[in-house]
Amino acid sequence: MNRVRVSNWVFAAYVLAVFSFVFAPILFSLVFSFNSQRFPTIPLGDFSTEWYAKIFADPDVWEAALNSLIVSASAAVLATFLGFCTAYSDYRYNFRFKGLYLALILLPPTIPLIIMALAMLAWLSKLGLSGQLWSIIIAHSVLTAPFAMAVIRLRLNQMDPDLESAAWNLGGSEWQTMRHVILPFCRPAIVSALCLAAAVSFDEFAVAWFVSGLNKTVPVIILEIVQGNIDPQVNAIGTFVFLVSITLIVLAQVFFISRRVKDPR
Amino acid sequence: MANPLASFTNVHKRFGDFVAVENMNLEIERGEFLAIMGSSGCGKTTTLRMLAGLDAPTSGDIHIGGVRMNDVKPHERDTPMVWQSLALFPFLSARENVEFGMKMRGVDAPTRRRRATEWLDRMEIGEFAERDISTLSGGQRQRVALARSLVMEPEMLLLDEPLSALDANLVIRMQAVLTQLQRELGITFVYVTHSQSEAFAMADRVVIMSQGRIDQIGTPKDIYRAPANRFVAEFVGRNNILSGVVDRHDAGAVQVRTASGVFSVPPVSADAGAELAFAVSADLVTLSVSEPDAPNRVRCTLLSEEFIGSVVTVFCESADGQEFKLQLQERELNQHDLKSGSHVWLSWRTEDAHVLDGS
Repeated sequence: MNRVRVSNWVFAAYVLAVFSFVFAPILFSLVFSFNSQRFPTIPLGDFSTEWYAKIFADPDVWEAALNSLIVSASAAVLATFLGFCTAYSDYRYNFRFKGLYLALILLPPTIPLIIMALAMLAWLSKLGLSGQLWSIIIAHSVLTAPFAMAVIRLRLNQMDPDLESAAWNLGGSEWQTMRHVILPFCRPAIVSALCLAAAVSFDEFAVAWFVSGLNKTVPVIILEIVQGNIDPQVNAIGTFVFLVSITLIVLAQVFFISRRVKDPR
Repeated sequence: MANPLASFTNVHKRFGDFVAVENMNLEIERGEFLAIMGSSGCGKTTTLRMLAGLDAPTSGDIHIGGVRMNDVKPHERDTPMVWQSLALFPFLSARENVEFGMKMRGVDAPTRRRRATEWLDRMEIGEFAERDISTLSGGQRQRVALARSLVMEPEMLLLDEPLSALDANLVIRMQAVLTQLQRELGITFVYVTHSQSEAFAMADRVVIMSQGRIDQIGTPKDIYRAPANRFVAEFVGRNNILSGVVDRHDAGAVQVRTASGVFSVPPVSADAGAELAFAVSADLVTLSVSEPDAPNRVRCTLLSEEFIGSVVTVFCESADGQEFKLQLQERELNQHDLKSGSHVWLSWRTEDAHVLDGS
């Protein structure tokens, strides 16, 4: 009995420590973004929205935000499309070297980002595609497709294998079945995959920095500001980026989990 | 059968090295209730899936309505199926499930709605039309699945162990619903099951399969009283199977020597010394306490009794260890004061012994 209590306490402390390490820096960034003092020191100065006012007035930040929005939305759509296609081909077909095929698709997140970024830059510039917004979209689609695939594949695995046959059996062609059975069944996972891919793309820095050229995304502009001087503006932008990402991730979870609870299966 | 609705001609189906169906020849009549029965892996579901076009035969031909169907895609066929898993669309309401097939076929929305409502009412689940599938009970889902297939007004309905997920009471109810539907609609039902009681209760004809082959096709009574071979005799009902060698031919009977004694069976063309097996149905065996004056009799020790309502199955064992089963009314059994270990005599008429082929 006593031993159980002790181990519970140890476990709770461990979880607390993990969360502190993850969230304390973000929390500090949030706190200092409302601090009137230029340098992040304690004791804090007055409450101030000066830094927010400043970034909202900065056209470069606005442009970066717009770029990030375009990139993450486009990359999310492309990655989810790719992810769905691979997940479905895995669900539906059996073929030789399928293991290799799946491993290849899941490879991108295991490659160090800096290597990926360099490779992307070299490759895209060969094709004359570097330095444009498109370049980041292509690179981010590759990077985020595995996440989309993983989420959709999980959903497809929950599907009654007879469901697709049942739709054919009732007169649905392959395409009709895709539209009226497979896609509706996967919808929560698809929405979830879109959010997840958008979140990963939105705060990805290394690849974006290498291939973006003059088209800066938000993480890239944060680096530029920090390189110049210590400016509490970054805390304000950082808080904003964090909120966008965490919202997307939470949405991804909500869409994926709520549907699973509702399903009888 | 001059003009069968569907026919299998020398159909083989292999999955890699596994032979699922071997040299099947089967004709399915218009308007009959055909049950295909066998244990799991016998090829019964594959047979059904080939009718629906979900599996293509490796060789041989399948015709439906006189048309060769081998290369016809599932969605171009008119063979709706009721699935073991029901395979209802979980993201649609009961009514949308029933409308699904018509939607795929391009039927306009008002007609779809009208016909779906008709069928939901007919299946007595009209009040649940707008409910999510997940909120319906097993029996209600079963009815949605039936309505979804029957609303297509097919000539033939395929059913793949549709009642296996229901509890016993519901199975009996649904059996009545199915037989009544089949009679009213006059369409062909092809019903796959592993359950003898389901097959015998509903079907006009039963196909018994094992290891990809058809063992016997016949009415339930044929199969029960005259099993074609040892497999069918063991699979179906409560049969006592005895094997031995032909001893001699008498007038109107053949004497067979088994480990439990010499018994006479109806005349067959078998030489003396040939091996022969025969089956005696448990309900045709008579029990008596004193030695009866019968040509086929064997002394046994009573082992146990099993009550199924008013009928009792009695398990006995002869001196050489052969097990015998017999069925009789409970009050009949109560006339004798018997308990486990009591000695009894079993007997049967010669004409009730059924000689098995290929034994």
